[in-house]
Amino acid sequence: MNITKILSLVAGAALLTTTAIGSAHARDQIQIVGSSTVFPFSTSVAEQFGQKTSFKTPVVESTGSGGGMKLFCSGVGEGTPDITNASRRIKEKEFKLCADNGVTPVEVKIGFDGIVMANSKSGPELNITREQIFLALAKKIPDASGEMVANPNKTWADVDPSLPNIKIEVLGPPPTSGTRDAFAEIALEGGAKEVEVLAALRKEDKNAFKKIAHAIREDGAYIEAGENDNLIIQKLEANANAFGVFGFSFLDQNADKVKGAIVNGVAPEFENIAAGDYKISRSLFFYIKKEHVNVIPGIEEFVAEFTNEDTWGEDGYLADKGLIPLPDSDRESIAASAQAMVPMAF
Amino acid sequence: MTDVTNTPVQSADLMHRRVLQKSRYASESRFKFLGLGAIFVSLGFLFLLLTTVVGSGVPAFTYNYVKLPVDLTKVSPEAPQEGNYSKQVKAAIAEAMPYLSDRKGKRLARGLVSGGAAIDLRNEVIDNTDLAGQKSDIGVPVSDFADLYLKGLTAKSLLSSPEAGITVSGVEGIIDITLESNVFDGFLKRVKDNISSQASRLNTRMANLQLSLENQREIVAVSENPLAVESAKKFVEVLETQLAGFKSKYDTLIARRDNSASREMLDTSMPSLLLKTGGGVVKVIEVEGMSAKGEVIIPLLEKASVAGQWQMQEILEAEEDRKFSDKEVAVIDRLVEEGRIENRINTIFFTKGASREPELAGVWGAVVGSFFTMLITLGLSFPLGVAAAIYLEEFAPKNKLTSIIEVNINNLAAVPSIVFGLLGLAVFLNFFELPRSAPLVGGMVLALMTLPTIIIASRAALKAVPPSIREAALGVGASKIQAVFHHVLPLAMPGILTGTIIGMAQALGETAPLLMIGMVAFVVDIPAGILDPATVLPVQIYMWADFPEPGFQQKTAAAIMVLLGFLILMNAIAVLLRKRFERRW
Repeated sequence: MNITKILSLVAGAALLTTTAIGSAHARDQIQIVGSSTVFPFSTSVAEQFGQKTSFKTPVVESTGSGGGMKLFCSGVGEGTPDITNASRRIKEKEFKLCADNGVTPVEVKIGFDGIVMANSKSGPELNITREQIFLALAKKIPDASGEMVANPNKTWADVDPSLPNIKIEVLGPPPTSGTRDAFAEIALEGGAKEVEVLAALRKEDKNAFKKIAHAIREDGAYIEAGENDNLIIQKLEANANAFGVFGFSFLDQNADKVKGAIVNGVAPEFENIAAGDYKISRSLFFYIKKEHVNVIPGIEEFVAEFTNEDTWGEDGYLADKGLIPLPDSDRESIAASAQAMVPMAF
Repeated sequence: MTDVTNTPVQSADLMHRRVLQKSRYASESRFKFLGLGAIFVSLGFLFLLLTTVVGSGVPAFTYNYVKLPVDLTKVSPEAPQEGNYSKQVKAAIAEAMPYLSDRKGKRLARGLVSGGAAIDLRNEVIDNTDLAGQKSDIGVPVSDFADLYLKGLTAKSLLSSPEAGITVSGVEGIIDITLESNVFDGFLKRVKDNISSQASRLNTRMANLQLSLENQREIVAVSENPLAVESAKKFVEVLETQLAGFKSKYDTLIARRDNSASREMLDTSMPSLLLKTGGGVVKVIEVEGMSAKGEVIIPLLEKASVAGQWQMQEILEAEEDRKFSDKEVAVIDRLVEEGRIENRINTIFFTKGASREPELAGVWGAVVGSFFTMLITLGLSFPLGVAAAIYLEEFAPKNKLTSIIEVNINNLAAVPSIVFGLLGLAVFLNFFELPRSAPLVGGMVLALMTLPTIIIASRAALKAVPPSIREAALGVGASKIQAVFHHVLPLAMPGILTGTIIGMAQALGETAPLLMIGMVAFVVDIPAGILDPATVLPVQIYMWADFPEPGFQQKTAAAIMVLLGFLILMNAIAVLLRKRFERRW
């Protein structure tokens, strides 16, 4: 075989691949994007769905809540995803973007996830309040005279002598992560409310308060460790003095390596989060593109599988993966409205 | 610069030359030594890398199955897909482990078998309909932790047969154990060591608390701010009670450590001791040199055993530090003794796509995805790259425009790969509206990334062909095209292929550009064509490394081995092709 023949063959193959572009077939597989926290639950359901039904197994991407919303709301059509997962509720801005592009989201709340602060099993125990979390991690905190200063606390004991006398070192998710949003909103803002000066400010100027409450320090005490929670666990194992911020499901799966800090006197345990006693917890959601129902086959069946008692119930397989189920009554009503594809109202 | 002369040389000059020569030799041998050292260091690292990957990956190539008496009499061979397999698996588990009859025990027993056992069974019966309509022992995968234990990767235990008889007070519940001699002494010592290390950890924490306490006392003494003094006083109190609590806990631990005669209670933070005697298993909860108290896990048949007929199993890793409990250890060991456990080649790993259960996850989906992606990449970048190189090297006039093009091609080779991903998202997905997650788009993006490498390597190879070849061809009347395609290109081919392989190897290991076009995704179905959603090997490795279940760590290493195998295969093909084209002049 001579060179020209080989070359023309390869060129022919290249041409063939380019012509294949024209003949793109209709999509018959559900596409899911969104939160990395919901990813383990969503993939479990997708896999079960693929095995139990004759539909193709949905493709699930982990893009972060914000990234998922952007893709989801970008329009209607085969090139856009059918479902997005979120570890927080859709924001008003995102809802408007969806509406502008002709997307009608159907909201399904699937359960709760606690956010935990954990450290290596060989490290010190931490029994902390939300106020102390704020004072340790906020960018600016009020000093003795009530003036806002850059956070001077170097060790946990600087925040409060009852805490261990070690350097503040917290590994947590970056700003694109829903976990980070929720951590700022629930832990830091919740803590800021308990600081007198800031509580007063909140009454006067809510926006200024929020700005202070949500700003996490950037001087090295809070380290952005990326979306890979396994990496955080490995780093915690290597450094007994560091704490990590991640979802409860990761604590649950790695209970042999790390332990969760007690927050406001309540340990991060399944029952405590389900009962609402553990303070840093949030709801998890997914959103369905109503326009794609009956266009992309299997969406209704997928939602039925997700909202099945064997899936998201007390003894369902998602509970084994670390999802904390909704109360019984909520599950029933949400399942009914999701299966009826009731569009959400903001 | 030879010094072979007949004229007498002044001795000083000669000395000087000898010194020079000596230092030259020395520097040469130093250089040689450094070079060799560098080679050995890199070989050492390569060896280390390969042994770690192979060492942790090889266990994933096999998997343990447990043979269960599955009753399939109700499943008809004509319609095997309709049977209720999960119910039958549950019944078979209960039958195989009758000693776990209460609710808790049943749950434990089910936890030892893979969550995907029913699906695996269903697939097996569909493939082999002879199994339907009868009751037989069929192997189903064990759970991932049970597999880790059976491979010796968690809850490592020491087995010994003590030289003393044993008597127990009962066959069920909590029982007393009496020995003929003090064989528990060795284990008791390990428990004491554990207590002593617990005590020293507590000690460090007490020292830290003491420091904070002193700080606060100083504030109380020195500070002039009444508010600060007030809060410091409060903390002093808190700290003092906390410290007192720790102190008494510490004292108890120290007393336990020092008292050699005392009976020790075992909790989950200490090593575990299991006794296999009289046809059952007892977990020790209180231990002394010659006697102990224990909880029966598997009921005993006989109360007494003589030396050599019973065994002690010590697990040094504390129960709370592992995910495989003492009970599970006992039950799995029993299954091994009954011959129910079978280690098989892990066919699932080589034939299935991704899964959230480590025992059901396979690498084949990613291999097929990588294959399609590489096919597209090669099909696009090789002809285009070689054609561009030929034009630039052989036909293009040397002017400003071509030199600008040349500089830019060199620059493109240095552009970070994620940029190509963004380009792919903007052009292929948003503008051409190609499907997300498809190998076609992945291949096109990677082709863009590989093009500059191929062009640069091909130009270098074409340049290296002696001008005499071209001149000779033109001299006998060949056209320019004939000269290039019939004479120059074949001689340049080995170099071009080397460049292509470097580019393809780079593309094979790339994940960043694929992130933007949706190929970093959880895909279960094996792709059947270039438009089906797919993922590639490095993405699969990255995702498995990210999953929390420990079973995926082995899979990660095993997938790395598959990726290396893929790479070696690709290189081997290129080497063969190169051999065919190689010519000397």
